Amino acid sequence: MTILLEVSYFLAMISFIIGLKFLSSPQRAKLGNIIAGSGMTLAIVVTVIHTFFGGPVTINLILIIVAILLGTILGKRMSDKAEMTKMPQLVSYFNAMGGGCALLLGIIEGQQLYYGHQVDRVAEVVLMTAMMIGATSFSGSVIAYLKLSGKQKDIRTPFVSIASRLLLVAMIAVPFLVSYQLLQLNLIQEIILLGSLATLYGVVFVFPIGGADMPVVISLLNSLTGVATALAGIMFHNLLMISGGIFVGSAGVLLTLLMCKAMNRSLWNVLAGSFKNAVIGNNTSGAEMEITRTSIGELATNLAFSSKVAIIPGYGLAVAQAQHLCTQLEQLLESKGIEVDYIIHPVAGRMPGHMNVLLAEADVHYDKLREMDEVNDNMSSYDISIVIGANDVVNPAAETDSSSPIFGMPIIKAYNSKQVVVIKRGMSKGYAGVENSLFGEDNCHLLFADAKEALSGVIGELKTVNF
Amino acid sequence: MLDFISGGQAPIYFILLCIFLGIEIISNVPAILHTPLMSGANAIHGVILAGAIITMYHVPSDDYLNLTLGFLAVLLGTLNISGGFFVTGRILSMFSKKK
Repeated sequence: MTILLEVSYFLAMISFIIGLKFLSSPQRAKLGNIIAGSGMTLAIVVTVIHTFFGGPVTINLILIIVAILLGTILGKRMSDKAEMTKMPQLVSYFNAMGGGCALLLGIIEGQQLYYGHQVDRVAEVVLMTAMMIGATSFSGSVIAYLKLSGKQKDIRTPFVSIASRLLLVAMIAVPFLVSYQLLQLNLIQEIILLGSLATLYGVVFVFPIGGADMPVVISLLNSLTGVATALAGIMFHNLLMISGGIFVGSAGVLLTLLMCKAMNRSLWNVLAGSFKNAVIGNNTSGAEMEITRTSIGELATNLAFSSKVAIIPGYGLAVAQAQHLCTQLEQLLESKGIEVDYIIHPVAGRMPGHMNVLLAEADVHYDKLREMDEVNDNMSSYDISIVIGANDVVNPAAETDSSSPIFGMPIIKAYNSKQVVVIKRGMSKGYAGVENSLFGEDNCHLLFADAKEALSGVIGELKTVNF
Repeated sequence: MLDFISGGQAPIYFILLCIFLGIEIISNVPAILHTPLMSGANAIHGVILAGAIITMYHVPSDDYLNLTLGFLAVLLGTLNISGGFFVTGRILSMFSKKK
């Protein structure tokens, strides 16, 4: 029987590698997902069979089977119902489940270690670390879920940052104090104390982190659950858990750093929830900035006379539910022989690559999606760039104004195209709270309207014009 | 218990190789696929369910508190896996729609 377990674990591990590898190519991603899913199913089924084979049907086995069936059905239903704009919440939610699983495992295993009367401090520490990371990831993901669904606001008081530092110190200190018997706790008390500390830490850790930093946090929490899984794998001597956990952990860290780079923020700044807000008000142009307004009619006319158009979407587009209109506009323009590209900033949306998914949902083919670096050098070939629901990612201050909080962040050089039209509802600032000096440029026109109204207006106008 | 770690260098090699493999596999992912990649990776760490099943096996049949906790652990682990893979599938189906 053991050989069956070993072979299927080996196959499952290979399936994870192939699955992740295939996920990096648009053509094979679907297959990759199916391969990894099948590998996982195989591993779980064989684990159940191997563990309970030949024994009586106990209540434990029945509970396991019920839980697995229930979990599969619930998971399927939840993922079927969710809208694409809500993907980040859902990923956080499922991540919380994994973290919660690690937390519960730690609690149960801890008791068994305690009553087993084996004194093995190293094993205990591994177990507690896995549990603490799982707990942090669990509560952190729950808070991230609440924030993404708008049920929880950012909390950025000094108390929160002090509490988070104190908790972190306590989580490291308690196991040492107990090891050297400076703190008299038995293992169960210690586990419960550390579990609670870690759960609280997860909460205060995500509290201050702002909306635009969410992509970083989600991928970091994802990676944390991977680490917890790997540590639990060490506890169980389970190579599949170790490898699976580490793949996710290292991939997650890489993705996290990529996101940080795209925003020019250090991981530390994101975690500390800080923005260089001291310099806001250092006016380069400020209120005197002269803006040029445009109208739906004018935009439609200009589009009709252009030959190459860029659409630069931001999360605001998805909030306004205007993706489908965007596609209509694109198709209309293309039917007239006008070339249309979408240019997507790496952090557009609420999780890495989120904007791409939202556009794909609206039937935009991925050939049309351009990455920032790909087009930045020849932005001047675009006759018109339409910026919809994006702000900071096209702000030239990031390149020119060293006092700006977003200085150094890579941006889409929309200002280089022959004309820029920014569709926005008012003169409100972007997430970073800075003036957008793009609005003052001579080639920039502002169209004050709701994204949906503006787009349907333009489409309507274009349909009446013969060009 | 920790003979896995103390049992020579092989486990250390295994862990290090896994780390490099993890970084290597995803280092060339285009930005379009970051979301499905993340949700796929999210599903894979649900393999912790294997641990939950083994733990559940060791819980005495009359230890109702731990049976409940174990039941929850298995449920959460399964949700992580099934939700993760199904969501990834849905996201990917958005990309493969033909125009």
